[in-house]
Amino acid sequence: MITILKKIIRIGMVTEPYDKMQVPPGFRGEVLIGEDDCNDCQSCATVCPTKAILFTEEGMSVNHKACIFCGRCVERCEIQKIKHSDHYKLAQFSSGVGEDAGSLVKTEIRRIFGRSLHIRHLDVGSCNACDFEISALSNPIYDLQQYGIDFVASPRHADMLMITGVVTRNLTQALLMTYEATPTPKMVMAVGACAASGQVFGNTYAIRGGVDQFVPVDIYVPGCPPRPQALLYGLLAALHKL
Amino acid sequence: MEYTEITAYDLRSLAKAMCTKGNCHLVAMFANDERSSIGYFAIYCIFGGNGQFKGIKALLTSPDLEFESLTPIFQVAAWYEREIHDLFGLIPVGHPDLRRLVLHENWPMGLYPLRKDFCMEQDVPSARIPCPMVSVQGEGIFEVPVGPIHAGIIEPGHFRFSQSGEQVINLDAKLFFTHRGIEKGVEGLPLELALYQAERICGACSVSHAISYSQGIESMAKIKIPLHAEYCRGLVAELERLYNHIGDIGNLCAGVGFAVGISHGSRIKEVLMRLNESITGNRFLRGVVLPGGVSLEITLEISQEIEIVLEGIEEDFLEVMSLLKDNSAFLDRVKGTGILPHQAALDLGVVGVAARASGVEMDTRRDYAYSIYNKVRFTVPVETNGDVAARLWIREAEVEQSLSIIRQILKCIPDVGSELRVDIPEIKPYSSGLGWSESARGCNLHWIMVGEKNKIYRYFVRSASYPNWPAVTVAAPGNIIPDFPLINKSFELCYACLDR
Repeated sequence: MITILKKIIRIGMVTEPYDKMQVPPGFRGEVLIGEDDCNDCQSCATVCPTKAILFTEEGMSVNHKACIFCGRCVERCEIQKIKHSDHYKLAQFSSGVGEDAGSLVKTEIRRIFGRSLHIRHLDVGSCNACDFEISALSNPIYDLQQYGIDFVASPRHADMLMITGVVTRNLTQALLMTYEATPTPKMVMAVGACAASGQVFGNTYAIRGGVDQFVPVDIYVPGCPPRPQALLYGLLAALHKL
Repeated sequence: MEYTEITAYDLRSLAKAMCTKGNCHLVAMFANDERSSIGYFAIYCIFGGNGQFKGIKALLTSPDLEFESLTPIFQVAAWYEREIHDLFGLIPVGHPDLRRLVLHENWPMGLYPLRKDFCMEQDVPSARIPCPMVSVQGEGIFEVPVGPIHAGIIEPGHFRFSQSGEQVINLDAKLFFTHRGIEKGVEGLPLELALYQAERICGACSVSHAISYSQGIESMAKIKIPLHAEYCRGLVAELERLYNHIGDIGNLCAGVGFAVGISHGSRIKEVLMRLNESITGNRFLRGVVLPGGVSLEITLEISQEIEIVLEGIEEDFLEVMSLLKDNSAFLDRVKGTGILPHQAALDLGVVGVAARASGVEMDTRRDYAYSIYNKVRFTVPVETNGDVAARLWIREAEVEQSLSIIRQILKCIPDVGSELRVDIPEIKPYSSGLGWSESARGCNLHWIMVGEKNKIYRYFVRSASYPNWPAVTVAAPGNIIPDFPLINKSFELCYACLDR
């Protein structure tokens, strides 16, 4: 017992504000498209493993929900038009949830969920990287509970579902039943490229698509996987607690 | 790798002869639809032993698509054959249990997704085919169904316990919930693009999958990657093992409700994840290993950064281990719990930590040396008790070994500043290659057959979790049900790796 206490005292408090850690220089964050004229070779779109780069009449765009931040487009671009920035706060919100929400809605969200949000994690076909990053939120460094947020064992106790993975055939029923079992009002967060886009493994016989094809999604957190800070940003921004 | 080509009629006798006379064991078995090239389906069996892998390729020349099951002579074949039956519709005659494995109730009868004539665009209706689970009948026996959605933040699987009071009498596991059909999904993709799916089979084994996949391609293309790239692969593979083992030891404490252990484990793991992100740009080390080489150069600054972090965590980790070893309540829970007998480990072909904890001395890094593993010194720890504690001590010893391997790598990194990657040449169509690596969970095999223009024709993955999952159902009976989470965590298998 005494050694346990000694160790605890020696390590001290390690918890830090969610965005205190500096983003390391090699981090592959948001994909930025520069101002330079594109030579329209479209080779970035060909080398993208998840078809996240789109060429339309309005020009080129990156679907960050589907991006796995592998850096192939950046490496391939002949004119260095594409770059990774260190920006990771990429959460996107459905209308009425994020920054654009009306002040009444914001007050309402804060009133209902602001002081205590209970989350149920749901894996509908993930590779487990997103799941591990969600577990990391409970480690003493991020200490999710300091924000009044916690994980619960049953969807019946939850206000939010954090969903990871592409929806597989074998988990479709579990997804629908879990959503159904979560009491209203509830929020849904699609965590990572698989859940947010459903495009990471293409279209196979065993995959049914992204989460929003089955249940309404309020928050999308891009990343493969999103780092814990990106998840915390998504959570805190959705609760208007930033 | 060499294949002995036979017809399916001779499969059982040849397989038996290889194992008894050739002193090797079955490590993987899968089917391939080669009707368009040679006119038949083929069953491939991969055997390992004496430092090399050998194969049998058995052609299904009979029109009824049957072959003699290997399960009655090798228990390890049971799941492979069920998978072949599910996905190809080939029938292993004499298999004692042909219930569905990979496909669930929702998949209609008579549709075989891995056959080449299965059209991906077709709309597959939802079916309700019964998939019964094994249960024990008798007075006072009741069932506890658990999952697929569990109470914690873990992956999905369904467990059916047959109980007599607190005692587990039998455990049946229904898995493959996260089956994404990756093997089929990458068919037709260029080799270099499919890496990103291979790397995403599993999060915690990303590096191991990328290495196995890349080595499979490199063996097919008969190319040698630059020496610096080999060292870099070794480095990231060991960093992956390190964060897995330390995180797993912390998680194991969750199985006994020892909060201090959980906190320390997850704290040290976070330090390592941050190191990963700092040197590679991704916390799971994704994007470093590429077919033909790597994308990362280990510079002096990177070496120094790693050394400083490892210096910091080593003592910290040893102190946490001594907290566990001095705690009699903790030891009481882990010792003698969830025993996997030595013979069961051999029969089921168990690999990795679970095998070494049950007295099976094996490690792909040493026995089938690849990459830099014949250039560094390390030992393979073995325990004989086969219980939760043994698997814990193996992980502890392997953390020490990984730290030592990383330090050896950093001390003698060759060719800094030279080429990191070589191009993959055009590979002769329908050649195949096997790649392997030792993940934190054990031997991870990838088999690739290339089609026209360096596009994938068939891809098969046998991760370490594949042979180990059946071992969990052997280790659980005889224990009390509250110990199941602990037993499960001590194996720490990936569902995603298994399900693909």
